Amino acid sequence: MAFNIIVLAKQVPDTRNVGKDAMKADGTVNRAALPAIFNPEDLNALEQALLIKESYPGTKITLLTMGPGRAADILREGLFRGADDGVLLTDRAFAGADTLATSYALSMAVHKMGSYDIILSGRQAIDGDTAQVGPQVAEKLGIPQITYAEAIEEVKAGQIRVKRRLEHGVEVVECPLPAVITVNGSAAPCRPRNAKLLQKYKHAKTITERQVEHIDYIDIYSSRPYLNLTEWSVADVEADPRQCGLSGSPTKVKKIENVVFQAKESRRLSGSDAEIDELMRELIANHTIG
Amino acid sequence: MANFYTDTPQFRHYLHHPLMKRIVELKERNYADKEKYDYAPMDFEDAMDSYDKVLEVVGEICADIIEPNAEEVDQNGPTVENGRVTYAAPTQQNLDALNKAELMGMGLRRRFGGLNFPMVPYMMSADIVSRADASFQNIWMLQDCGETIYEFANEEQQERFLPRIVQGETMSMDLTEPDAGSDLQAVMLKATYNEEEKQWYLNGVKRFITNGDADIHLVLARSEEGTKDARGLSMFIYDKRNGGVNVRRIENKMGIKGAPTCELVFKNARAELVGTRRMGLIKYVMSLMNGARLGIIAQSVGLCEAAVREAYSYALERRQFGKPIIEFPPVYEMLANMRARTDAARTMLYETSRFVDIYKTLEDIGRERKLLPEERDEMKRYSRLADAFTPLGKAMSSEYANQNAYDAIQVHGGSGYMKDYKCERLYRDARITNIYEGTTQLQVVAAIRHVTTGTYLQRIKEYEAMPVAPELEQLKRVLKQMAEMYEKSVELVTSQKNEEYLDFHARRLVECAGHLVMGHLLLQDANKDAALFRHSAEVYIHYGEVEVLKNCNFITRSGIEEMAYYKPDLNVTE
Repeated sequence: MAFNIIVLAKQVPDTRNVGKDAMKADGTVNRAALPAIFNPEDLNALEQALLIKESYPGTKITLLTMGPGRAADILREGLFRGADDGVLLTDRAFAGADTLATSYALSMAVHKMGSYDIILSGRQAIDGDTAQVGPQVAEKLGIPQITYAEAIEEVKAGQIRVKRRLEHGVEVVECPLPAVITVNGSAAPCRPRNAKLLQKYKHAKTITERQVEHIDYIDIYSSRPYLNLTEWSVADVEADPRQCGLSGSPTKVKKIENVVFQAKESRRLSGSDAEIDELMRELIANHTIG
Repeated sequence: MANFYTDTPQFRHYLHHPLMKRIVELKERNYADKEKYDYAPMDFEDAMDSYDKVLEVVGEICADIIEPNAEEVDQNGPTVENGRVTYAAPTQQNLDALNKAELMGMGLRRRFGGLNFPMVPYMMSADIVSRADASFQNIWMLQDCGETIYEFANEEQQERFLPRIVQGETMSMDLTEPDAGSDLQAVMLKATYNEEEKQWYLNGVKRFITNGDADIHLVLARSEEGTKDARGLSMFIYDKRNGGVNVRRIENKMGIKGAPTCELVFKNARAELVGTRRMGLIKYVMSLMNGARLGIIAQSVGLCEAAVREAYSYALERRQFGKPIIEFPPVYEMLANMRARTDAARTMLYETSRFVDIYKTLEDIGRERKLLPEERDEMKRYSRLADAFTPLGKAMSSEYANQNAYDAIQVHGGSGYMKDYKCERLYRDARITNIYEGTTQLQVVAAIRHVTTGTYLQRIKEYEAMPVAPELEQLKRVLKQMAEMYEKSVELVTSQKNEEYLDFHARRLVECAGHLVMGHLLLQDANKDAALFRHSAEVYIHYGEVEVLKNCNFITRSGIEEMAYYKPDLNVTE
């Protein structure tokens, strides 16, 4: 048995290293000021896909991402970790998309890919934190979804069993395939890049990259077809331009505010072990830490 | 994201040494593998880019997984039950991460699934792994035994064992016995050949075997009954799948607690001969030990780096008398010396690695085709240099690892004496580096003939001939004066033609050679990248000058007669 898996991934600004110039005056994220990384929970999703591939050799993992040209970086990142193929959905007409327009574009790309068994994605991206794209893709494709997945316990023909991490415990659910699974950050971390795959795929490029960059080894793209990363436009996935990008996005950012948390109350602790214990328990319970 | 490769710019400096062009070209046989393997490089630039990228992966795994695991590894360590060893859980996690990243068999040829990396990037990985957890570096570094199988075992054995190493099976080298430590000629483990079964069997005990429950063992055993010396010893491979070897106990050590040190009992263990009988110690172990010693230099450098970083960050944070203690001269002097020793040991490591790379690769090419006369000369030249630099580097760097670990605790003051700080683990881990794979005293025995035959001096003269920027000329003059003192002392000692007297001063002379070699290497580094190395070059050369003065002065004052004051009087009974 083997499965066709699509992993939805996003290149995001590394908001864990935010400096002063992280936001532009117009209230949008200043992407140029932050290093671009593979969205962390999408890496957790990729690991789940790789684990399935380990159990079922022959399973094919395709990464799908939407973004500007440089988002091809995360396709390579995925290939270095064990994905088989990558598709970059890129077009000026996709720019400025909110979650609705994004999930529309992604679902059109999934349609174009044809057959698939499992679609995995991170629970949410660290730039928007909406957690909407995965579920909306499932709705648009008309297939079931399981959110907050922590581990895929079993996959068999037409059926998947998943452990979900919820606020106050875990839940094990089953659903028929194909399905969309969104994966939590508490799931197994993604394995490191593989030394051989890294050397194998480091020259993988999209057609646009090959046109605009200086390329050292022209010949290898015909002799090694796996080095050609697929790039699709609005037209390629037969999407309706009105539903894409800014024009397909009902969400408008009206205003952005800097919120500074101010301590409303303070508590003085004596520093005894019991008090520290209690404080730790409280902080973990209200998710301040952990 | 923390990364132990990219946060240490010295690595890229050494990776881009001019000699790499030649090394990579030899190692890659003019890039012939690219037709057969999708991960082989296209050309020199592509190969260098691959080393850099793979080292980034190593740096990431070390910073994200191995270093954070190190404390727990040290606390829990491995356990033994029913003759089998189980690693501490985080040690296993480290191994799994490196296996998934296919970082095993780094130096092995691609036809066995290896990465075919030269020594330089391979030792960089060892250096980085050691900074993260010196005890784990032991286990990981034992993959190097694969090199011995590659060099001396037959093709059928290579094909059977080498791919298993690449897939993550661990190795051990079973040499030491209760009565054969530094003196391996005394090895007694018995190898008997059963003519009917055409099968070797091993019986006996090995002691202090690092990672002794490994999947694949290289075993030194006495195959020639009745012999008592090195000429009766042969090398064997024992495959754990065949059974016959049990771990009787694991030692409770002071440091490197994550690496199980085992006592092994061989009971009719089936084994296979490597290479030719009687060559076990004379040829194979010598080669194995040279590789292992290079690994210990890397381990020492990694420990040096970890210690200086711990001390530095503590000195920045810790405030006394109203300011961070790093602002006090006695503290910053200690830190500058620690950085200088680290850089000195590291530059020595990569110089030695380059020598090993060239001669070993030429030797390997020599197995495929006849070497050209100029290639033979090149091989001999570098083989001799590697032979001279390996014990020198092992002696100097392992002592520096100890000094750095000692100073790291000193910078921490009373806190450093507590178990709460990492520096106390570094101190314990470093303590073995100048003992195993040959004590410093034994490295001196190997190095002294390169003092007397002039290998070091000749190399020092070559360094002297290398140009440096005008602002570095003064340092070079200091080094030249040091060389003159060294030469005089060598002459003074050797002219006595007394072996015991030479042994008496050997360590002092070898240390002088070490200061000179490392001083010159740092000078060259500073010439290429002043921002990165100028300080260390200044600090190290001044330190080395004082050490050379001290040693040479001692030699001048201590003639053959003075030796008597040190000699124990064995006729006196208490």
